[in-house]
Amino acid sequence: MGSVIADLLSMADLDAPTITEILDTADGLRDIARRPIKKVPTLRGRTVCNLFFEDSTRTRISFEIAAKRLSADVINFSASGSSVSKGESFKDTALTLQAMGLDLIVVRHAASGAPVQLTRWVDAKVLNAGDGWHQHPTQALLDLFTIRDRVGRIEGLRVTVCGDIAHSRVARSLVQGLGTMGATVTLAGPPTLIPPGADRWGASITHDLDALLPDTDVLYLLRVQRERMDDQCFPSLREYARLWGVDRDRLARLPEGAIVMHPGPMNRGVEITADVADAPHAVITDQVTNGIAVRMGCLYLMLGGEAA
Amino acid sequence: MVDPASGFDDYANVVVRGDHVAEVGLGSSGMRIDVDGLVVAPGLVDLHCHLREPGREDAETIASGTAAAAAGGFTAVCAMANTDPVCDHAGVVEQVRRLAKVAGNCDVYPVGAITRGLAGHELAELGAMASIGVRCFSDDGMPVRSAQVMRRALMYALTWDAIICNHAEESSLTEHAQMNEGALSSALGLAGWPREAEEIQVARDLILAHGLGARLHVPHVSTRGTIELIRAAKARGARVTAEACPHHFTLSEDEVASFDPVFKVNPPLRSAADVEAIRRGLADGTIDAIATDHAPHSPETKEREWAYAPCGMLGLETALALTLTELVKPGVLTLTQAVAALTSKPARSRDITGHGGPIAPGTHANLVAFDPDASWTVDPNAVRSRSRNTPYAGLQVLGRVVHTILRGRFTCRDGQVV
Repeated sequence: MGSVIADLLSMADLDAPTITEILDTADGLRDIARRPIKKVPTLRGRTVCNLFFEDSTRTRISFEIAAKRLSADVINFSASGSSVSKGESFKDTALTLQAMGLDLIVVRHAASGAPVQLTRWVDAKVLNAGDGWHQHPTQALLDLFTIRDRVGRIEGLRVTVCGDIAHSRVARSLVQGLGTMGATVTLAGPPTLIPPGADRWGASITHDLDALLPDTDVLYLLRVQRERMDDQCFPSLREYARLWGVDRDRLARLPEGAIVMHPGPMNRGVEITADVADAPHAVITDQVTNGIAVRMGCLYLMLGGEAA
Repeated sequence: MVDPASGFDDYANVVVRGDHVAEVGLGSSGMRIDVDGLVVAPGLVDLHCHLREPGREDAETIASGTAAAAAGGFTAVCAMANTDPVCDHAGVVEQVRRLAKVAGNCDVYPVGAITRGLAGHELAELGAMASIGVRCFSDDGMPVRSAQVMRRALMYALTWDAIICNHAEESSLTEHAQMNEGALSSALGLAGWPREAEEIQVARDLILAHGLGARLHVPHVSTRGTIELIRAAKARGARVTAEACPHHFTLSEDEVASFDPVFKVNPPLRSAADVEAIRRGLADGTIDAIATDHAPHSPETKEREWAYAPCGMLGLETALALTLTELVKPGVLTLTQAVAALTSKPARSRDITGHGGPIAPGTHANLVAFDPDASWTVDPNAVRSRSRNTPYAGLQVLGRVVHTILRGRFTCRDGQVV
C-alpha cells in the first residue's frame, strides 16, 4: 500500500473518503493505548521531528506519544533554546533539518502558511500541527473522530461553533472538515469575531446563540483570548461570558444527547463554566485521548505504507 | 516614433547630436542605429522607486538600481525618501544625486521627506530641499497620520507649488495587516488589510488639498473606491495626480494562497475587480501615471514567514513589458496612451523637464527603443537589481527594451546595460 497522504497541511485538501480512512485507521490504532505494552513496531526506523516555533506542550506531547507508540524515533525541536533564538531563519532551520534526513516534520508555527513554505525546502513529509490563524488539521480530525465516536455519525448533525472564529485555526479546519463530512454548521459569535467572507464557508452565521441551542447536536466552544479584548473585539470578558459563554442554563437548552466540545486549553468562567466543562455532555477529555489515536493514524498513513 | 508630448506617432529618424536631439523627420546624419521594427519613445519616467542607498546597500545601491532602471528603459526615476538616514534634509538629496551622477545610468530625482525621520510629527525643512530643486515630498511607506500635519505640509509646500505625496493608509485599520481583507484573507488566516484604510486616507487628503488649492499626488492606487474618489476630485478641479503600479494591474490577491512573500506588498494585491478598476482608471485618465514602486529586499529579509517578511517587489525591469502585455495587447490602452502613462504624464505631474518628451530639436536626447512584440520570460537570476524579489518569475511577457539613451549616450544597448 502506498502512503495515503503526502503532506497534511489543510483540511481543505482532504476529501470525505480520505477523512473516513484516517478516522477508521485511528479507530484501529486506539486499542494500543489499552494494552499493557503500548507500542507497535510499525514505524520503526522512521524519524519524526516535532518542530515547534510556538509553545504548545499539549499538542507536542500528543504527537510525541503518537509517534512513540508507533516506534518512530522522535526529535523535539523548539524555537526557544535552539539556533532560532540565536537568529537562525526559518529557511535555514528547514535546510538544516533537510540535511539531517528526516522522514516527517510535525510543524507548529505562529505564522499562517509556514508549513506550506516548509514543503518547498524539505523532502520530508510535512504535517501541520497548527499555523497562525490558518489551519490545524489534526485538531479537526480528532474532533470529527470524537463526534463520530460519541454520536455515531457526522453526516446530518447540526454543529454550532461558537466564539472567536476570526482568529481560530481550529474553527477554519473544523468547519471545512464538518462540511466535507456532511454536517450542517452554524457559526455563532459577535460580528467582530466572525471573519469577512465567512458566509462563503458553507456555514450559516448567527449572533443569537440562545435561539440556536435547541437545534444544536454538537456545541463547539472556542477559546477566547484576552488580547482580542485589547483589539476592541468585545468590551470585557464578563460581557463575553454573558452573551456567548455557556453555563448550566444554556446547557439545559441543548437537546437530549447533545455534546459540548472545546479544543483546550479552556478559560473556565469565560467561554465555558466549570460545571459545563465537567458535565456528562462535555467530551473534552475524550478529545484529548482521541487526539493520540488520530495522530497515530495520520503518521501511519503518511509514513507507514511506504516500507511496511 | 511615439511621442505623446508632441502628439507625434509615425515613422521618423531621430538625429542625435551630442546630448541633444538635432532633428526629427526624414533627414539623417552621422552614425546610424537601425531601430527598424522598434518603437522609439521618450525615456521612461518613474515617479516611485526605492533605491535603498544610503542605508540598505545589501538590497540595492543607486548604481544597481539605476542599472535596473536603464535596463527597463527609464531615463529618470524618483527615489523615495525612506533611506537610512532619511532623505529629510538637503545633505541626503545631494548624496543621492552625486551617487546617481557617478553611476551615470539614469537621472535620479530624490523625493524629500514630509516630516523629520518620516515620523509624522514635525515638518522636515522642505525649503532647504526645495531650494536645490526637490519638487515632491513624501513619507512613503509611512502615512502622515495627523490631519493637522498633513494640512500644514500641503499649505507650506504652496511656497514652491511643490507636490505632496502621502502614503495612503489609515494605519489604525492596518495594524498587523498581511493581505487584502476579504474571503481569501479569512481562509488563509492572514490579518486583513481593508480597502477602507486606503480610501479614508485618500478622501481626507483630497479634501485637504482641494480646500487649499495645493498639489497632491496619490501613490500606488490599489482599490476601486480610491479611483472613484480621485475621479470625483478631478471633476471638482482638485490639483491631484495619481499613479498605479504594474503589480496592481497584473496580479490579484489569489497569488497570496502560495504564502510566498514575494507577493507581499503595500498596498496589498487586491481582488480581480480592483485590478479591473485600475485598468479602467488608466484608460480613462483618472490615473495619470504608471509607477513601479520598485522595492528591493535582500533574500534573507524577504524569504521568511509571510507575516514576518517586509512588503515590496521589484518593478523597474518589468514595468514596460507588463504595460504592453497587460494593457496594450488586450486593448485597454493604445500604445500612445501607454507610452504617455510612462513618460509625458509622469514627467508633467512632477515638473520634470528634459524627460518624457517631446522628442524635438534642442531637447535632451533621452530615449528608449523597444520591441513591442518580442517575448521573453522573467528570470529572477537575470535582473540587474541587487535583489531578486520579482513576483513575475517564469512569467512570459511581451516587449523588450533594446536601447536606452540618456542625453545622447547609451545606458542600455542591445539589451545590455552599458
